[in-house]
Amino acid sequence: MEQATEPIVRIRNLSKSYRRGTQIIPVLSGISFDIARGEFVALMGPSGSGKSTLLNLIAGIDSADEGEIEIGGVEITRLGESDLARWRAVSVGFIFQFYNLIPVLTAFENVELPLLLTHLNRRERREHVEAVLNVVGLADRMDHYPSQLSGGQQQRVAIARAIVTDPEILVADEPTGDLDRASAEEILQLMDRLVHEFGKTVIMVTHDPRAAEKAHLVRHLEKGELSVT
Amino acid sequence: MGIPYSYSFRNLWTRRLTTVLTASGMGLVVFVFAATLMLTEGLQKTLVQTGSPDNVVLLRKSSNSEVQSAVERDQAALLESQPEVAVGEDGEPLLAKELVVLINLKKRVTDTPSNVIIRGITPASLKLRPAVRLKEGRMPRPGSAEVVTGESVARRFKGCGLGETLRFAMRDWRVVGVFDAGATGFSSEIWGDRDQMMQAFRRPVYSSIIFRLRDTTSFDAYKVRVEGDPRLTVEAKRETRYYLDQSEAMAKFLRILGMVLTIVFSIGAVIGATITMYAAVANRVTEIGTLRALGFQRKSILSAFIIESLLLGLCGGILGIFAASFMQLITISTMNWASFSELAFSFTLNFGIIWKSLLFSVVMGLVGGALPAFRASRMKIVEALRAT
Repeated sequence: MEQATEPIVRIRNLSKSYRRGTQIIPVLSGISFDIARGEFVALMGPSGSGKSTLLNLIAGIDSADEGEIEIGGVEITRLGESDLARWRAVSVGFIFQFYNLIPVLTAFENVELPLLLTHLNRRERREHVEAVLNVVGLADRMDHYPSQLSGGQQQRVAIARAIVTDPEILVADEPTGDLDRASAEEILQLMDRLVHEFGKTVIMVTHDPRAAEKAHLVRHLEKGELSVT
Repeated sequence: MGIPYSYSFRNLWTRRLTTVLTASGMGLVVFVFAATLMLTEGLQKTLVQTGSPDNVVLLRKSSNSEVQSAVERDQAALLESQPEVAVGEDGEPLLAKELVVLINLKKRVTDTPSNVIIRGITPASLKLRPAVRLKEGRMPRPGSAEVVTGESVARRFKGCGLGETLRFAMRDWRVVGVFDAGATGFSSEIWGDRDQMMQAFRRPVYSSIIFRLRDTTSFDAYKVRVEGDPRLTVEAKRETRYYLDQSEAMAKFLRILGMVLTIVFSIGAVIGATITMYAAVANRVTEIGTLRALGFQRKSILSAFIIESLLLGLCGGILGIFAASFMQLITISTMNWASFSELAFSFTLNFGIIWKSLLFSVVMGLVGGALPAFRASRMKIVEALRAT
């Protein structure tokens, strides 16, 4: 894959450590790398290698000790808490291992949630939600509650929720980790479509080699250091 | 825009058993709160309705009630001839010189004795109290040992029903009628001919004088003149004011009692709400993390949980008022501390009480939900998401 365009994610000298009691445990130590627009990147590595921490930092839900992260021209490591929340609302789509849908809201309402943070009116929101539910093939299930959907269907609703605001990057933490093989395959195909058809940039943490196969680029993390495969 | 209200509402609905239990606890407190207010309201309404704003009560100075008061006959004659006294259609002044005595009667159900007011009346007495209507039987004939009883006395005291005979002041008195005085204090009185009563009780003086003002605005000037007159030792009060003053001591007592009970209970209910909301927050840690990751601000999380808690309080308030509304069916009697006589009245619900009770329940919800909501909003996103 050629990297003709500007990188959408620029990471420079990123470090992060956790404090456990009096002990300081380094998780990431001075990582630097770029991700090009429209790329599908898989982050792999053993447990505790820091891949989830890296993903959280890129998604703007955790703060780095040192270094810079620039996404789509915004240096998110410099944003304050509420600016960061506003930035996440428009720029990042989240896909979680356990889907993290709100159980008391219907599929439609779950997908609509991120749009409540925009200036769209009710009718516009409905159009957007219906459009993305069509993309994930669940337009006929929009009034179902998460408990009435299968795991694969729930994950597709979660993907619809992630793309409804048309964000620049999608971050996925073990998106197939809780799914059977067939459902996992469906989800991976859907993510592949998002990259190829809709030009999304996807950054995915995974243990699943089949998931990693779909990615253009697999990056391995080991003890907080990065290596390219 | 924040997190939709339906989120808060549906979470309460989802765990409806917990919601109902917690709301019931709060409802109980609101019930006590509303019931006390209703009791106070009922008491005051009863006593205040007893008076009419055009009527003036004259009592001996520094007497708090008619029972303690005495007005000499010569003073009474002087007061009767004042120009402010209205004149009836028959040309007689609308003024009644009455006798008020307390007697002890036994209750029908419990057989326990209690004080009842006996009022010696004149023909003008009825004209001064248009609310009093004869319900059964007839009025006592002047010069006879006959009495009429208020509805509430007739029902609750032995010997006070129509056709029965009462013994007091060393004489037998036949009950020839029962009167309906609406929700007023007169319902708890027994009326008979004044002159017969004064003889029987061996009273040389009247207890009080009640008259209708010719012009209701002339009261202030009248009061100043009469109270300043060296020949007179009376104090003038509007009848409404007189009965309001009577209700004040009891109302104050009820209010303090109600407040103390309510405050103690509400602490329990607030703690209950806090525990429920803490549990709600603990069960939804991942959800909170997800909402924050999606871009909702801390304050959106805070308000979503506060709204949930306010709704919980409101449910309690509605339950409590619903239960309290049935108290209106109950009539209770208590000692009127000003006259030491029995007074019957009902719990009275009005919009002021409903509004106050709902506000109270919502405040309980707010106080109970504040800490849990604050905790929810302070969570770190990464830690919350990891709680899966």
